[in-house]
Parts: sequence; C-alpha cells; structure tokens
Amino acid sequence: MPKLTINGAEVEVDPGLTVIQACDQLGIEVPRFCYHERLSISGNCRMCLVEMERAPRPVAACAMPVADGMVIRTNTEKVQKMRQAVMEFLLINHPLDCPICDQGGECDLQDIAMNYGMDRSRYTEEKRAVKEKAYGPLIKPVMTRCIHCTRCIRFCREVAGVPELGGIGRGAHMEVGTYVEKVLSSELSGNIIDLCPVGALTSKPYAFTARSWELKKTESIDVMDAVGSNIRVDARGQAVMRILPRINEDVNEEWISDKTRFAYDGLKRQRLDTPFVRRGGKLQPASWDEALAAAAAGFKGLKGRQIAAIAGDMADAESMTALKDLMKAAGSPNIDCRQDGAAIGASRRAGYIFNTTIAGIERADVCLLIGVNPRLEAPIINARLRKRSRMGGFQAASVGPEVDLTYQVKYLGNDSDLLEAIASGSHGFAKVLKSAERPMLIVGMGALTRSDGGAVLSLARRIAETSGMVGKDWNGFNVLHTAAARVGGLDVGFVPGAGGLDVSGILDSSEVKAVYLLGADEIEMDGLKDAFVVYQGHHGDAGACAADVIFPGAAYTEKNATYVNAEGRAQQTNLAVFPPGEAREDWKIIRALSDVMGKTLPYGALAELRAAMAMGNSVFSAIGKVKTAGWGAFGAGGKLVPGPFQSPIDNFYMTDPISRASVTMAACTDAMAPANTRKTGTDG
Amino acid sequence: MSAFEQPKSFAFTGENLTRAKQHMAKYPEGRQNSAVMPLLDLAQRQHDGWLPLAAMDHVAEVLGMEPIRVYEVANFYTMYNLKPVGRRHVQVCTNICCLLRGSDDVEAACRKELGIDFGETTDDGMFTLTEVECLGACVNAPMMQINDDYYEDLDAKSAAKILKELKNGGTPKPGPQNARKGCEPITYKGKGA
Repeated sequence: MPKLTINGAEVEVDPGLTVIQACDQLGIEVPRFCYHERLSISGNCRMCLVEMERAPRPVAACAMPVADGMVIRTNTEKVQKMRQAVMEFLLINHPLDCPICDQGGECDLQDIAMNYGMDRSRYTEEKRAVKEKAYGPLIKPVMTRCIHCTRCIRFCREVAGVPELGGIGRGAHMEVGTYVEKVLSSELSGNIIDLCPVGALTSKPYAFTARSWELKKTESIDVMDAVGSNIRVDARGQAVMRILPRINEDVNEEWISDKTRFAYDGLKRQRLDTPFVRRGGKLQPASWDEALAAAAAGFKGLKGRQIAAIAGDMADAESMTALKDLMKAAGSPNIDCRQDGAAIGASRRAGYIFNTTIAGIERADVCLLIGVNPRLEAPIINARLRKRSRMGGFQAASVGPEVDLTYQVKYLGNDSDLLEAIASGSHGFAKVLKSAERPMLIVGMGALTRSDGGAVLSLARRIAETSGMVGKDWNGFNVLHTAAARVGGLDVGFVPGAGGLDVSGILDSSEVKAVYLLGADEIEMDGLKDAFVVYQGHHGDAGACAADVIFPGAAYTEKNATYVNAEGRAQQTNLAVFPPGEAREDWKIIRALSDVMGKTLPYGALAELRAAMAMGNSVFSAIGKVKTAGWGAFGAGGKLVPGPFQSPIDNFYMTDPISRASVTMAACTDAMAPANTRKTGTDG
Repeated sequence: MSAFEQPKSFAFTGENLTRAKQHMAKYPEGRQNSAVMPLLDLAQRQHDGWLPLAAMDHVAEVLGMEPIRVYEVANFYTMYNLKPVGRRHVQVCTNICCLLRGSDDVEAACRKELGIDFGETTDDGMFTLTEVECLGACVNAPMMQINDDYYEDLDAKSAAKILKELKNGGTPKPGPQNARKGCEPITYKGKGA
C-alpha cells in the first residue's frame, strides 16, 4: 500500500486511489467542482489543484493517482493563490444572480467562492450568455450559470445510461446541452439537479418556491416503488417543498427516481381531509364520531366470513398489523395485501423477497430477468444492474418484454415456455447459469400476477435450485415487487387465513357483505357494488369513490411508519408534516374503530404496537437491516399457460394515488409518452 | 438551427460506405469510434459540403456511437459545416501572418466581388464567404481556401480575379498567385544569382 505525506501527516492508502480521495480519507478539505466520487474522473475544473513535491507544476488532486513517497501540500500560500486564480477564471462568465438563483444557499460555487473568491472582478469584458434550453418538465436549465464541470454529462452517460447530454462547441463557446432539443428520457434525470455544483440545473417544479435554509428537513423513506429509497423530506410549514435523496450505500446509493423526487405535489391535491359518510347515495362530510359509528354499524351483526379487508400498495406495516388484528377479533379470515393478485405466499420469506440484496447485485455475474422491466418497476435497481454491467464480466438475459434497459441484455424471447426449457436444462442459457459463479434471477410482478403465477414462481425456484443459485453465502433468487407495502404486508401476515378469501375471491364472492379497504385503489371496484365499503386512505382515488364510509388517513410523509422494501429491509418513515385537516395516522384510525366496535386492540401507543409487531416477526426489530431468509419450498403447482409476459407498469410516472394526483407527473406523462401513444392531430 | 431545412434522411453511397469501412479498418477492433472524423468528412463531401443532422446520425449508426458524441465532434471542429454552404466555400484567413501581409485588402476585395459579408451566401448559392483562423500557409500569406484548393500570396487584385474566374465557370490556378512556385524567397533567382 502506498505511503504518502499530506500536509506533513503520513498516510497509507489503498493503491489506485487518487490524491483527492486520500485527502478525503484524512478529512482534509479540497475544493472541487467536476470531481464526484460516483462518476468517472474528468479533471477539467482545476479547482482541486495541490502542490506536489518534485512536480514542476501544480497537480489536479482528483486526477493524480497516489504513489509511494508522494509529498502533497494543500495548505500553502501557493495553493491558496492557485485556487484563487482558478476561481477567478470560473467566475469570469458566471452571472452574479445569486439572489434570484434557486441554488443560492446550497451552491458549491458560492461556498467555495467564500474561501477562494476575490471581492471584486478584474474582468471588464462582457460576460457570455447562453441561449435558453428546454429539458422537459422536471429540470430547469439556466446554462449561463454553467461552469462546464460535465458532471451531468457523465451521469447521463455512466449511471443513467441515456447518453443524451454533451458538450457542444468549444472554448468560450462550449455549451452543455442535447444539441437537438429533446426531453431527457431517463427515469433518473432529476439526479443531475443534485449533481450540478452551481445553479445551472435546478428543479423546475421547485423553482422560486423556497430557500434551502427555511426548510425543515426530515429523514424518511420513499414508497413510490418497492426499493425503499432513503429520502429527505424538505418541508415549510405544512407543505412538502421538495424531496431529496439520502445516501444509503445498500439501497439507493445517492440516487432517487424522478417519481420519488417529483411526485410530492400530488400530496397537496385530491386529499381526503375529513371523514365522509354516504347518505342517500351521496358522500357527505362527517365528524370522526359519526364516521366511526357508521362504519361500526356497517360491520355490526355480520359473521366473520362476511367481512373482508384489502390492504393497498402504500399501506404501512403498523396499520396492516392493526387491521389484521381487528379482522382476527371480528373472526374474519378474508384479508389480503396482494391487490394485483400476485401468486406469492407469506409462508416462506425467501420466496418473496429480493434475497441477493440490491448491493449484492454487484457480486453477481449472470442475471436472468423473468417477466420484469426493472427500468420502470424499480429504476434504482436497474441503475445497480447497469453499474454491475459496466464493471464487466456480467451477462444479463431476459425472458419478457423486449425493452431498452440501458445495458446489454440478451433477449431470449417472451414466452413462459422458455422457463420450462431453462429449468430442464435444454435451453442454451441454462448452461450459462450453471457455469456462473454467482448467478441470480429476478422475477417480476408481470410474471407473478398472471393466472399461472404460482407455476411461474415454482419454475423460477426450480431454475434457482438447478443452477446453483442458492448456496451458503449466496442467494440469487429475487422477487421484484412494485408495491412498497407488499413485503411488509407479507411479513405481517396480511394474507387469507384458513379458508379465507383472497382479493379475487373477495371481489367475486356474494357472501362478503362488508369490505375494509386500507388504501386499496388498484382493484376492480365493481366487485364491491353490493358490499358495505369502508375506505381508509389519503387520496380521493378509485377506492374512495366506491366507499360508504371514508376515513382520511396520512400519506407517507405525514406519519411515523414502517415499510419493508423488496430486499426485506424494514425502514421507518418520519413525520415531516402533519396530515391535512381531520386526517389521522392510519393505525390510530383502526385502533379508534376497534374501540367503537367493542373489540379494542391491545395497544394504545406506537411503541406498544411496534413491540407487538416485533413479537410477531423479528424482521421488525431490526430496522434498516436485511435478515437472510432460509430456503425452502414455495410456489404452486398447476399448468403453465404459454404466452408473453407483460410489465405491470406502462406509465412509469403514474402508478399510485399520489403520482396520479401529481401535476408534475402528468406533465411527464405527456412529455415522455412514446411517440405512438401521443395524441395526434390537433394538439400541434 | 432554423432558416434552412434539415433533410429527413441521409445514407452513405455504396462507394462512400466502402471508403468508410476502409477508414474503420485502420483502427483496432472495438476502437472503430476513432474513425468518426474521416467519416464525417466523407458525409460532408457527399452532402454538398455541409453536415445535416441526419448525416451525423448516420455516422453514429455506422460506428455504433451515441449520436450526441458525434454532435460533439462535429461541433468542436470548425471545418465541419453544420449549415448549408455555397458550391464554392471561400475561406479567408485573417490571422496574424496574413493580417500583416495584407489580408484586410483580400477580405475587402472578396466582399466587394461577391457582394456578401462573412458568414453569408450569395443568392444564387454559388459562394459562401467565411473568415477562418490559420490554415497553416503562413509562408505564403495572405491566403484563402476555396473548397479544397489553397490560393496564396494574394492581394486585392489577384483575389478578385480568382473569384471572377470562378464566377465565369473557369478554374483558376491554385497555389501562389505571384511569381513564386512554392515558398522560396521571392528575391531568390536561382543558384549563384
């Protein structure tokens, strides 16, 4: 390991690091604009200049590999002078518009200029201006502010896999842009806003709405997909102003998808902020007492089997636990958290989680995708697969829809018959899987929600077993969920009890007289026409329309709740703003109803409920961690139905009540729709 | 990028495709992107001296490159014309050596003869006048380049004469326009003189 001296202190660092990384390890601050630890090194901003002994000129710390015996100085007067000079050049063309710039207060250029900038400019010529550009509804470019660090170009090329940005022109005329005006076609495009060290790329929906220092920052978890990205919710008063990623190397690194970042405006629209009771065929606002009484009256006198409950895709584990316990008290086995009818059982945990873990993808060498489009279903996991693919020595193949996943995927075809062939070893790819050291497969909801989902699942298990995916320190079997609530629901055991009905059973059965919908909007509401329906949720979506009693609940930013992500990692959201109006935290609503129904649940505080959850499943006692799940039999028999797989998501930007209520997401849907689905004719 | 029309499609002719393949074969396997510059030049020659978007996209496709990377290259170098040019592209050097040797006169003569300013094209689409940086013929300054030919050792008169001749469909002799053959000293009269 090379030993070098930085500012008189001797350090030993890993070979292959650069000087700036060594400085970072030592905690020595080196200013930088173009260098970013997750992107390739470009070395063009020159801000990180340091002095190196025996070098005739200053060296760029970000691009200089460490070597044995190197002597680096970062704190001399000469270094200070060099950085001042670089700063002066960077500021030549940078406008002095900080007061009207959204980056103000969290701007690298502003901060570093405080240290190395001069108080006046010696530049008397005219500053350059760059023509307005358009990057679509999410990103607001003010390229006059650009300092050409090329972070956005490198991000699009390396991480997002949509090489659409480039440096056009040269010298003083260089502009970062797409050349042909186009909307960035990436589900991760919002991350270039965070990467931009200046105010050249800022958030369009957030533009001019708040200053960073007046926001209350709350660490939380995203529920737009099953990844469970770590986020920071920035709120002012009672409004969520923006959502930013938090670093979690095991989950989302420091990226989040555009839906995670921009769907927050949906939290302000279509909200249920007061209880409703249907009177004379019309939903009318009511008090909590009236609504609870109406709901209790609806359930009264019904036998257990006549009652059912369905949990939606954004339900938290606490409220599902409470509802499960309430249903148990009412004697009903008819509970289900699988709105889409996915054929996954709760009995064997390894059969419904992403066993490899997201970070584990980087250790895999072969990956088989089954009926899944990770780019739309979990962009963050897709980015991890792309990262793995870029490392080399990785082979991906797909049985499913032929889509551009931004990395090389061998398309085996789209027919469930192929799985049989791979499992039996007669397909060519079976050999590739067998000879791989750490093979993995990802089976998606597109495959498991089919009528033969159970058979597909057991076939996937057979493929995993026959190709040695399950070993002592490696489990390559993965289910990729699309719903944030799903794994939590299965962990809680929110599935039909003995003789109980599942979702389709509840919808078809004439026996069921009353149904409790916990944020369930993605089901055929026609099946509930004759039943008494209680809807608890935060948005006036399909479920609320079909309801007889509505309990206004809290969205994910408004409660302290537990969600288990696809990997089986339990994580907790924190209350950033209070629920609007009369809305309440979800588990408390169920607790209150249990009181009115005379079946009071045995917990009165969140801590007691969480203790009960941890007793029921140890997953909930290890927050933030993934527990390895034991292997065993799962899946169902039955015949495979030949035919193509279809991804459950065709519009990435609108998948749940929040994103459906979001104006930004609607604008994205319009802008990014493939040309053939776009309106034609009179819309110009 | 308006005021002129971008063609919808572009494809190399069979002959040019063969040439393109030859250029690509010069580079080691997997490094075919290196041929982007000669291929862009081929495309520009095939397309009346300028590169439409469709041509850049075609080059990107032939090389398996990302289109934006081709745009970057084409935008970086001034000798790729991204706008239509006249059939004769008159490029007058105004850099230091030419300037000292009287490029101002040459420039004025060109403006007068063609009736257009730098960056403009004559109405008949015959000439485009462009100001360029050093073309590396300083020893024969001042000079201008018309399509592939260098016209050197110019003055106002000879520059006007060349343009007139081109207008009339003639082919003026490229190279030095004074008594010089190459870049020998102008007073040099042979051995022993």
